[in-house]
Amino acid sequence: MTTLLSTDHRPPSSAPQPSTPFTPAPPPILTHSPSASTLITQGAEARLYKTTYLLPHLPCALKYRPPKPWRHPILDARLTRQRILAEARILAKCRREGVRVPAVYAVDEGGGWLAMEWVPGAAVRAGLNAHLATGGERDESDAALVSVLRRVAAAVGGLHSVGVVHGDLTTSNMMLAPTPNHQGEEGAGLEGVIVIIDFGLASQSASDEDRAVDLYVLERAFASTHPRAEALFTRVLEAEYGGAFRGAPVVLRKLEEVRLRGRKRSMLG
Amino acid sequence: MAAEPPSTAPAACLETIQLEHVPPTYSVNVAVFRDVENAEFLQQQLLSRNTEFEYAFIDATSIISRLQLLSAVYKAITVHSGGNMKTPNIHSEIVWSLSPNNNISEAYRRYGITPTSQHIIVVKILLSPSSFSSPTPTNPQTPSPSTIQSHLLTHVRGRPCPFSDAVLSSFTDWPKVRKYYKLNGVGWLERMKDDEALRRRESEMLVLGSMALRGL
Repeated sequence: MTTLLSTDHRPPSSAPQPSTPFTPAPPPILTHSPSASTLITQGAEARLYKTTYLLPHLPCALKYRPPKPWRHPILDARLTRQRILAEARILAKCRREGVRVPAVYAVDEGGGWLAMEWVPGAAVRAGLNAHLATGGERDESDAALVSVLRRVAAAVGGLHSVGVVHGDLTTSNMMLAPTPNHQGEEGAGLEGVIVIIDFGLASQSASDEDRAVDLYVLERAFASTHPRAEALFTRVLEAEYGGAFRGAPVVLRKLEEVRLRGRKRSMLG
Repeated sequence: MAAEPPSTAPAACLETIQLEHVPPTYSVNVAVFRDVENAEFLQQQLLSRNTEFEYAFIDATSIISRLQLLSAVYKAITVHSGGNMKTPNIHSEIVWSLSPNNNISEAYRRYGITPTSQHIIVVKILLSPSSFSSPTPTNPQTPSPSTIQSHLLTHVRGRPCPFSDAVLSSFTDWPKVRKYYKLNGVGWLERMKDDEALRRRESEMLVLGSMALRGL
């Protein structure tokens, strides 16, 4: 299973950037751009650029799936097309259903790119790391932490309730977007609306198994990146997700099963 | 006559826009007219394929914002530069690009000028001569923003307005927009009544998504 964009999407500028031996050529769509586009992150399958849509003042995220020279050209074009389309459709569906995800601006499935709303703010992962930098194990007495975990669980519940599973839920794939009330406020590190991003591995599914695996992947990712809040997260998830939609308690029961056996259903696949 | 004499505001009538990520050979020219009295005549020029009237004439009541209109223009330009047009020209392609579905004649009816249109948005794409512009036998000299402006001021009997979100939102027929873009069943949007600006912004995002995913 490939991870499309496994690094933090918006690393703070002070963070050491992995030095790349060369900058990949920008996609054809960006060659006419009068204003600069920046490569934000590169995954195994896709690159994410920050650029502008239509006018210089409107920032956008451009996801580009470059041609894969190791694949047969016809197969490559078909896979790229299918994946760009699937991601765009899922984003549009979520947005319509009221789940906070980036809005779709433009799609060129033949050119292998998708332009989306730019989500400002930091990844949940960065916010949590900053918050958890000091002290030991965290519990319910940390109100700011409980609040953000609740919002995370509710966001995932919202996503599942509209029949979408993400496929790669991590705290890097969730943004804390500033709300008008908290914009620019310092110390509001865990404030903001949770916006789930990177639907490159997402699919439309309402199966309890798929949803439970989604939660399991998030739980595992959480445990490895924020071990101090692991136990608290599990408790908050079970409380908050369970009320997110009608079928949620069944998913949580399924999650217990998945925890015992792991992500894969059988040892054959 | 409703047409203002050109001396009052000749420069403010036509806005020329260079869109991002578009070959520099394309320039977008937009004008807005309110209280148009000769919409029937203008539509007739389109129907009779009068080459002097190769414009996108858009009914402003179906439009909510600059972004929505420019998105359609952008899409039409990308389709044109890729050589994949499904309608006669880049201007009809703009009208079709406003639609969330593949029905071209329905798009003309819903987003294009009709004999009863009151307020209209006019878009003219200019291809600079450096590109492979097809020769137009009826109009040997290449049109420029100023010739377009004077042509429009001569033939559109309406009051020119700036192409701004404030002007566009004053024309928007929301029940129509909600119907065309299937926003009526969207419960969370309907519950957003207390914050009109936010509701408009969220509606715009859904509209852009529907346009981007037309027929996909």
